[in-house]
Amino acid sequence: MAAAALTGLTIAEARDGLLAKDFSARELAEAHIGAMEAGRGLNAFLTETPERALAGAQEADRRIAAGEARGLEGVPLGIKDLFCTEGVATTAASRILQGFTPPYESTVTRNLWDAGAVMLGKTNLDEFAMGSSNTTSHFGPVENPWRRKGDNRPLVPGGSSGGSAAAVAAHLCAGATGTDTGGSIRQPAAFCGVVGLKPTYGRCSRYGIVAFASSLDQAGPITKTVRDAAILLRHMAGFDARDSTSVEREVPDFEAALSRPLKGLRVGIPKEYRVDGMDPEIDALWQKGIGWLEEAGLEAVEIGLPHTQYALPVYYILAPAEASSNLARYDGVRYGHRAEGGGDLLEMYEATRGEGFGAEVRRRIMIGTYVLSAGYYDAYYLKAQKVRTLIARDFAAAFEAVDVILTPTAPGAAFAIGEKEDDPISMYLNDVFTVPASLAGLPGISVPAGTDGDGLPLGLQLMAPSFDEETMIAAAAAIEARAGFDGAAAAGGA
Amino acid sequence: MSLDKATVARIAALARIRVAEDELDGLARELSNILGWIEQLDAVDTSGVPPMSRAADQKLRWREDVVDDGGIGEKILANAPAAKDGFFTVPKVIE
Repeated sequence: MAAAALTGLTIAEARDGLLAKDFSARELAEAHIGAMEAGRGLNAFLTETPERALAGAQEADRRIAAGEARGLEGVPLGIKDLFCTEGVATTAASRILQGFTPPYESTVTRNLWDAGAVMLGKTNLDEFAMGSSNTTSHFGPVENPWRRKGDNRPLVPGGSSGGSAAAVAAHLCAGATGTDTGGSIRQPAAFCGVVGLKPTYGRCSRYGIVAFASSLDQAGPITKTVRDAAILLRHMAGFDARDSTSVEREVPDFEAALSRPLKGLRVGIPKEYRVDGMDPEIDALWQKGIGWLEEAGLEAVEIGLPHTQYALPVYYILAPAEASSNLARYDGVRYGHRAEGGGDLLEMYEATRGEGFGAEVRRRIMIGTYVLSAGYYDAYYLKAQKVRTLIARDFAAAFEAVDVILTPTAPGAAFAIGEKEDDPISMYLNDVFTVPASLAGLPGISVPAGTDGDGLPLGLQLMAPSFDEETMIAAAAAIEARAGFDGAAAAGGA
Repeated sequence: MSLDKATVARIAALARIRVAEDELDGLARELSNILGWIEQLDAVDTSGVPPMSRAADQKLRWREDVVDDGGIGEKILANAPAAKDGFFTVPKVIE
C-alpha cells in the first residue's frame, strides 16, 4: 500500500489490515514516520521517537506472525507531552521542565504499550495544559492543518491538546492521547475536525500525568472516528492503585457499544447553552444534530441547567487554585530548570520560577495563590466549591429525565494564531460549553459534525451520566454516521 | 476586587515567582479584570450548600502499611540540576 493510504487508515482499519497481513506494522510505522517528518511545519510534535516506533513495530510483526496480537498491536500513536514516558523527555511544553527525563512511565501510556501500541513521539500542548489555542507552549504554537477558504493565515488547533489534535487531523499518527481539565481534549478536537473523548473522572489513571488541576484532570483519546475513540479508550482506562481517585470498576468493551440501540432514549437540549450572540452557524449545526439524533430514534427534550453561566468563573477559581499547589513542586531543586546567578535559596526559587514559567502559567499560579490566601479563601475558593456542587446537582437532576445531553463543543471555529491574545477572559470563553461537564466529572465527547462558511470544522458535544460512556459513544456514532463529515481535506494541507 | 501593585508583589512573593518591577502594573490590571469577572459568583445563593472538593464520589482506599517502592535514589537524582554524594544540593541555607 502507498504511504498516504496507510496514514489515511483509522485505528480500526489499521488493526484489521495488520491482522489480515495486508501490510506490516513496519510499513505502517514507516509511513507515519515519513508523514511526521513531512508535517514538521505544523510543530505538532515536540519529540520524535522513530526508533521506538520501529522497535515496537518489529515486535508487533513478530506477535502478529505468531498469532499473539494484542488489542492495539502495531498502532502508531502520538502522546501528549504531559504523559511521563520512561527515558523520553517530558516537557509539559514548559521551560521549567527543560532537561527532565522521567525515570518511570505513566499508567495510561503503560497500558497502551501493553496493548501493543507504538509511540511515534510526544505532541505539543499549551504550557502545563493551560490554554485553549496551543499558543502558550514554550516551544511555539501548533498550526491547525485546516485553513479558511481563500485565506492562508495559520489557525490555532485549539488547546491544550493542540499538537495531538493537529497530528491526528493531518494524518501524522493513527490516534493520540490528550488530557482534558476544562475542555482540552474536546475543544481542539472540534477545531481540527477530529473526535475527542473525555471519560468520566476516575476512568483513566492520572499517575504519571503532569498535574494541572487534580480534581478535574482526565486523560482521553483523540482520533479520526468515534469507533477509534472507543478502541483507544478501552486500552487507556482501568483501575490503578497508584491514583487515589482511580475508580475500581471494570472497563467495558466500548467498541461493542457502537451498535447499541438508541430507540426510545432521550436527549436533553439545555436551554442555557443558547448563549447571547451565539454564532448562527453553530446554532444551525446544533439543530441539525438534534434532527440526526431524532432520526436515530431518540426523543429530544428541552432541559434546564440553571447554573451553567457560573461554570467558567468557578473553573477559573478552582483550576488556578489547584494549579498553584501542584506547580509548587517546580523549585529548581529536584528536576528541570534552575536559574543561574547565585543568591540564597529563596532568590534561587524566585528566579527559577520567574524565568521558568510563561505568562499564562504565571497568571494562573498568581490567581490561585490569591484565592487561597488568608482572608480570601472563603470568599473565592469555598464559594466556588459550593457553586460546583450546584452545577453537579443540575446535571444529576437533568439525567433523571434524559440519557445524554447535546450541545455545541465550542462557541466558534478555529481562529488565527495571535487572535484573542490581548484579553485572557476572551480566551477563557472558548471553554464555556466544555467546562460544566469537567466540573461535574462527567464524560463528554466532541464529534466533527460540519463546517462553517469558511470551510472550517465545527463539533457537537455529547455528555452522559458518570460511567455511561457507552450510551454517549452510541449516540456519537449516530451523529457521525449522519453528518457525513470529511476530515481527509486537512491531511493534504499538512 | 481591584489589586494594587503592592498586593501583586505580595502574591508574587507568596508564589515564589520573581516579577520585574515594570511588569507589576500590567499584572495588576490583568489579575483585577479576572477577579472582577469571577465575582459574578456573589450572585449565587449557596447557603446550606456543601462544598464539592472532588469529582468522583468515593472514599479513599485503605492499603497495607508496607514499603512497596524505594531504593531508586540514583534514578531520582539523575534529574537534579545539582546533586552530590546522594543528595540534592541547594544554595547555602544556614550561615
